[in-house]
Amino acid sequence: MRALVWHGKEDIRCDIVSDPEIEDPRDAIVRVTSCAICGSDLHLFHNLVPAMLPGDIMGHEMMGEVVEVGSGVDGRLKKGERIVIPFTIICGECDQCRRGNFSVCERTNRKKNLAEKAFGHTTAGLFGYTHLTGGYPGGQAEYIRVPFADTTHVKVPEGLTDEQVLFLGDIFPTGWQAAAQCDIEPTDTVAVWGCGPVGQMAIRSAVLLGARQVVAIDHLPERLSMAEAAGAITINFDQESVVERLNELTHGKGPEKCIDAIGTESHVSFGQPDTLYDRAKQMMLMENDRPHVLREMIYVCRPAGIISIPGVYTGLVDKIPMGQAMNKGLTFRMGQTHVNRWTDDLLRRIEEGQIDPSFVITHIARLADGPEMYKVFRDKQDSCIKVVLKP
Amino acid sequence: MNLVSNITRSAGDPKVLKTGPSSLTGWDRLARNLGWFGIGLGIAELFASRRMARSLGMRGQEGLLRAYGAREIMSGILSLSIDRHIGLWSRVAGDVLDIATLRRAMRRPNPRRDNVGLALAMVLGVTVLDILVAKSLSASRARNSRQWRDYSDRSGFPRGRQLQSQPQVPAAAGR
Repeated sequence: MRALVWHGKEDIRCDIVSDPEIEDPRDAIVRVTSCAICGSDLHLFHNLVPAMLPGDIMGHEMMGEVVEVGSGVDGRLKKGERIVIPFTIICGECDQCRRGNFSVCERTNRKKNLAEKAFGHTTAGLFGYTHLTGGYPGGQAEYIRVPFADTTHVKVPEGLTDEQVLFLGDIFPTGWQAAAQCDIEPTDTVAVWGCGPVGQMAIRSAVLLGARQVVAIDHLPERLSMAEAAGAITINFDQESVVERLNELTHGKGPEKCIDAIGTESHVSFGQPDTLYDRAKQMMLMENDRPHVLREMIYVCRPAGIISIPGVYTGLVDKIPMGQAMNKGLTFRMGQTHVNRWTDDLLRRIEEGQIDPSFVITHIARLADGPEMYKVFRDKQDSCIKVVLKP
Repeated sequence: MNLVSNITRSAGDPKVLKTGPSSLTGWDRLARNLGWFGIGLGIAELFASRRMARSLGMRGQEGLLRAYGAREIMSGILSLSIDRHIGLWSRVAGDVLDIATLRRAMRRPNPRRDNVGLALAMVLGVTVLDILVAKSLSASRARNSRQWRDYSDRSGFPRGRQLQSQPQVPAAAGR
């Protein structure tokens, strides 16, 4: 089969690889009908996430048709069914899964010895990601083996297109969780840094959850126009001061809720000297992440507010003003997404027409064009916001 | 690469049978090679500055050569990074400095003028290469900021944006 394979930093190729096979009774094989390039795929593309290995198949946002199931799937999944595959692999039985903390499932990381060394305790296995999370082959491929398939799936009801439901596997629940963990109240201002795909989903989630006003921060006009479409007030950080404008919009008090939908690769510019400092340190392998947004959020957030972090961070960050955070009594909530915690509710909202996540798709391409599309997405060329690939 | 790729696979994972075209272009690879070349040259200038100064007839300017070495290493690291187009332009700026310095060494009564001439010819050649690669990489990364698509018709709310409700989560979630 064909698959997009990581061969090293910025080196992705559409390779011919052997077909996946059932290895465990709880496995299923899925023919991928649609998959997407996620913002966190770019962190892998740039080799910023430790423990990627040449030959890893990329992709953690995918859906398709079940073509084979193992004997242990126990009738919970059948051949021919259409499913979205959550990027977090879940057993559904461990203590964390029973609590709904699916992204920290205790049993699905097949390389948990690595995770325990790196994180202290294991987290869930993830598709198409670092070997710290199991190194499971991803879904930017024609077929994928889904471990723990009896629990790791979202069934697609009749009548919904791939484009409507594909993002249930990652960016939609990720944006939703970012907003939900803000405990939004009707009087709240929610500020969202980054109007990429997750940011767009977080903006719409904050709107659906009843925020008084949502403020979207970016510098790309096409992304800001998409944020405005959802009713957000926009701030172009190339043209105005984020801190001053946010204070102006909140009568000098700052937003109650701040969402970081950027993560490790904050934009670097001469106007923000700390971003140059971070980039230099990152290049010298002295810092993993560029946390400019975190610093700005901590500074501008209203005291006793909530900082929600769906953006991916990979390791060590520098110059985080913990003194500000502590004295202001800020609450931090973060983590990989507990996808299946949210998907029933989100699928219902899609079926009811409350939201149609396909609004975010700007480019649809063949799998073979994947290596080129990574660059288009990375360089934000052709007003690219979200790429969907059709194997 | 197939062999290396497949050695690292877990048993049962798909194996690479045939590799396709890479997202890395020839210019990218050339930029990386120039980056490594710059780092090598920089290390030589840092640690063999006395010998290099002697061979170029530039005795007394070892400190300058060491500074240029540090500059080469910094440009080299930048040329290996994802911002390699900036690294290549920084190399071009460095090349201009090198040319100016070598021209000065050519002018004065210098018994090693032949060596300086050779070094100057090499630097001129590398400069042409640096400019070509830098221009190509800049063009491939360029984003036309004047032509952007307006997505203001993409609200994502087929029924309008007045629906507001709390998330429904399983009772056990997040305890």
